[in-house]
Amino acid sequence: MTYKLDPNKKIDIEEILKDLEHYSPRRKGWVWRERLEGGKIGPFTYKNVSLPLKNSVPLPAAKYFNNIDPQPMPVITTEIASGRFEDDIRRMRMAAWHGADHIMVIRTTGQSHIDGLLEGTPEGVGGVPITRKQIRASRKACDLIEDEVGRKINFHSYVSGVAGPEVAVLFAEEGINGAHQDPQYNVLYRNVNMYRSFVDAASAKKVMADAEIFQIDGAHNANATAKEGWSVMPELLVQHGINCAFSVAVGMPKSHIGLSTVPPCAPPTPKLWFDLPYAVALRDIFSEYKFRAQQNTRYIEADIEEATRTHVIDTLISALTSADIQSTITPDEGRNVPWHYNNIRGIETAKQTLNALDGIKELLQIKRDGPLGEMVRDIKERAVCFLEEILDNGGYFASVEKGFFVDSAHYPERNGDGIARDSRGGVGVDTIVKRDDDYLAPVCSVYGENHLPEGTKKACDLIGGCTLCKHDKIAYIDEIDQTDNCNIRLEKSAEFRKGNLIKPETEWAGDGTVLIQVFIPEEIEIAKAATLEMAAKMGLDTPEIVNAQVMHPSEGTFVEVKGKTSIAIDRTKIKIPPKEELLDEDEIRAAVKKLGLKVVAGTVGEDEHSVGIREILDIKHGGIEKYGVKYHYLGTSVPVAKMVDAAIETGADAILISTIISHNDVHKKNMKLLDEIAREKGIRDKVICVCGGTQVTREIAKEAGMDDGFGRGTKGIHVISSIIKMLKARGKV
Amino acid sequence: MSEDRLKKYEKRLTELHKLSDEELKNRFWELCNKIVEPMVEYGKNYTSPSIERSVLLRMGIDSLTTQTLVKKINEAGLLGKGAGHVVLKLSQKENISIQEAAKKIAEEDTALQGLF
Repeated sequence: MTYKLDPNKKIDIEEILKDLEHYSPRRKGWVWRERLEGGKIGPFTYKNVSLPLKNSVPLPAAKYFNNIDPQPMPVITTEIASGRFEDDIRRMRMAAWHGADHIMVIRTTGQSHIDGLLEGTPEGVGGVPITRKQIRASRKACDLIEDEVGRKINFHSYVSGVAGPEVAVLFAEEGINGAHQDPQYNVLYRNVNMYRSFVDAASAKKVMADAEIFQIDGAHNANATAKEGWSVMPELLVQHGINCAFSVAVGMPKSHIGLSTVPPCAPPTPKLWFDLPYAVALRDIFSEYKFRAQQNTRYIEADIEEATRTHVIDTLISALTSADIQSTITPDEGRNVPWHYNNIRGIETAKQTLNALDGIKELLQIKRDGPLGEMVRDIKERAVCFLEEILDNGGYFASVEKGFFVDSAHYPERNGDGIARDSRGGVGVDTIVKRDDDYLAPVCSVYGENHLPEGTKKACDLIGGCTLCKHDKIAYIDEIDQTDNCNIRLEKSAEFRKGNLIKPETEWAGDGTVLIQVFIPEEIEIAKAATLEMAAKMGLDTPEIVNAQVMHPSEGTFVEVKGKTSIAIDRTKIKIPPKEELLDEDEIRAAVKKLGLKVVAGTVGEDEHSVGIREILDIKHGGIEKYGVKYHYLGTSVPVAKMVDAAIETGADAILISTIISHNDVHKKNMKLLDEIAREKGIRDKVICVCGGTQVTREIAKEAGMDDGFGRGTKGIHVISSIIKMLKARGKV
Repeated sequence: MSEDRLKKYEKRLTELHKLSDEELKNRFWELCNKIVEPMVEYGKNYTSPSIERSVLLRMGIDSLTTQTLVKKINEAGLLGKGAGHVVLKLSQKENISIQEAAKKIAEEDTALQGLF
C-alpha cells in the first residue's frame, strides 16, 4: 500500500476502497500497549504509562504542561457504528488521535438472527452490517491510522447470533483483533436455541483462539437488562464463570479471555458500596483472566454531564482495582446514536481520569478487613450457591428453561421475571446434527471430532491449503445490492467530503445536524414547546428536544434541541482574518532601546483584577519588561483621568489599561473615556492607547477609540509587538 | 422463596462458610467446569449449518454458494459427514477441483447421489 495519511489532509475513503479485493491484513491477533519504562513524561513521573503517540490531540489543559499527552496503560475502547462505515472511518481516525486503540463496531439491528454472512455495504440501523468488504475496508483504514498515530489499533466486532462460526472465520481471515463471543448471550437475549448456540460457540471459539482474537463475554448485559443492576451481581459471576470455563475447555488461552464488567450502580445511590465489592470479588475469582471494564449505560439518560460524572466514578473503580481494557460509553448514548465528538468526549473522560489517578494504588489501599471484605465474601458465596443450584436442577440447559437467569432479585431471592428459554425452541432449533464416525472437515481450526485420513499432517493439506493459511484463496464478494451500497452514498456526500461545500455533521458527511442549547425561563413543558418553535424559526428542519432539565419548577429549564440545517458554506468564499504576525524579539528589543520606551499601566474603573495586566507587564511572566520596556504600574481601580495624568508626568509612549468587568458595557465606556481625556489634555496623538481584558477584542477596542485591543490568551509579546508596529507606522522607529 | 429452596440455600451457605477464600474460589471453578461439561461434549460431537458453511468458506467457497451447498447437503442427509468432506469427496471421485465440485453440487441435483 503506497497511500499514507497526512495529518493536514482528510482521509480518502475512495482510496481505501481501491483494490480492496487484494488487501490482506498485515498482522493478526490482539495487541496490548507497551509500557514506557521509567514513566518519565515532561517533568512528571508516571507509574503506569504506555509509550506516547507520534501524533495525538492532548487534553485541553495540556497547554499548561508543555502539551504532554500521557497514554495510560489500559487499552482504551470506543464504540463506533453509525450505520455507514465509510463515515465511521473518519471518526475512528479522530478517536485514535485522542487515545483510543480498541475500536468496536456494533452490528446492525437483527444481524444476529441472520443465518449466514452478509456481503456488500448496505446501510445499517443502530449499527453497521458486518460484511467482508466493510471490515476489510475498516481494517485497512485502521492500518493507515495506526501508522499515523504510532500505535497499533485493535479492531473489534461480534461473533454471536446464529452465524457465529462463519463470522469467526471471516474475522480470522481479515485480521480482526477482538470479538464478543458468549453463547449465553445468544440464548438469553437473542433467543437462539441453546444447543445450537453452544455447539456453534465451541467451533467459533476454536477459530478465534487460533487467530489470537481477544474474546470479550456478554455477562454485562444482565446488569444492563435487570431493573436493579446491582441485584444480579452473584449471577454475573456465574455467567462470567460459565463462559470462561467453556472457552478454556474448547482451547482458548486465558490470556485472550476478557470479562466484560460494568460497575452496576450509578449515583444517587451510594455507588461505591455496591460497585467496589463487586469489582473486588470478580478480580479475586477471575485472577487469571483479563478485565474489560465497561462504563455504566443502564442509568444514563439524556444529560451528557451526568453520564460523564458517572463514567468518571466507573473509571475510578477501574483504577482502584484493575482494568486491562478501559471501555468508554459515549455520553450521548441515552439520547441518540452516538455523535462524532461524543466518542471523543468518552475517550477523554477515560484518559483524563486515568491520568489523574495514575499510581493510585501506591497511595491508597482498599480496606478489606471491614465491611468490604464481608460484602466480597457474600457475593462469592451467593455465586457458588447459584452454581450448586444449577447442577442440582439438572444443569445449565434445565436451569435456563426454569428462568434462573436475569431475574432481577438478589439471589437467592427470585422475582420470577428471569428470562426462560425452551430448549426445544428458539432461532435455529433442531438444526444441529450429530457428526458421523467419518466426519471430516479438511481445513484448519476445527473444533471437536475430525477424522482425518491417516498420515494427514495438517487438515488443509487435503485441499492444498485453506483460507486461514492462504489469504488469496478467500472468495471476495464486492457488492450484492446495486441500490444500497457505499458507492452510492459516497457519491451523494462527495461535495461535502471532497468538494467546496461545508456543512455541520454529527454522524454522516453532510447530515447537517446541529444542537442548540438554551435556557428558557419557563416551566418544563412550556420551555420545551417554546424551544421547538424557536428551532423551527431558526430554520432547523425536524427539530427534536433531546434533553430538558428543570432548573426550578417555575423559574426555568435548560433545553437542548437538535435539528437539521440546510445551510452549506462555500469554502472558496470564506474570509479568514489574516493571522497577526509578531515582530522578531530582537527587533522589538532594539526598537525599545532606541526609543527608551516607557508606558503607564493599570486596571481602570471600579475593577480590582490585577492578574492579567501583571502578566502583560512582568518579566517573570514573559511580559513587556522582558523586552526592556520601563513601565509605571498604577494598580487597580484607577480613575481613567489619573492614567492620563501619569502618562503626561512620566512622558510615556503608551497607556495600557485593563478592564475585566464588562457589566453594562463599562469596559467600553472606560475605553471611550480614555480616548476623550487624552484628547482634552492634548496628548492623544502622542500616546498609544491600548486596552486588554477578557471581553475585549481588537474590533471592540478600536470602535471605542483605542489604537488596539487584546483579549484572552494575550501575552506581553503581542502587546509590545503591536505598539512597536504602530510607532513604526508613525515613523518613530 | 419456597421453604425448600430457602432450606437448601441455608444448608449450602453453612457448608461454604467453612471454606477459606482460596477453597471457595476453587469450588467456584470446580462447579463451572462441571456445568460446562455437557456443552463441551455437544460442541465436540455435533455440527451445525453455520459450522459447515464456515468450513466451506475456509475451502475458498464464497458465502452465497456455501448457503446453497449446506442446504443441499443437509437435505441429502449428509451434513453429519461434514460439508467439506462431501465437496472434497466429489472432487476426488470426479477428479475435479474443489470449486468445480462445489459448483456441481450447487447446480446439479443428482451430484450427491451415491457419493457415500
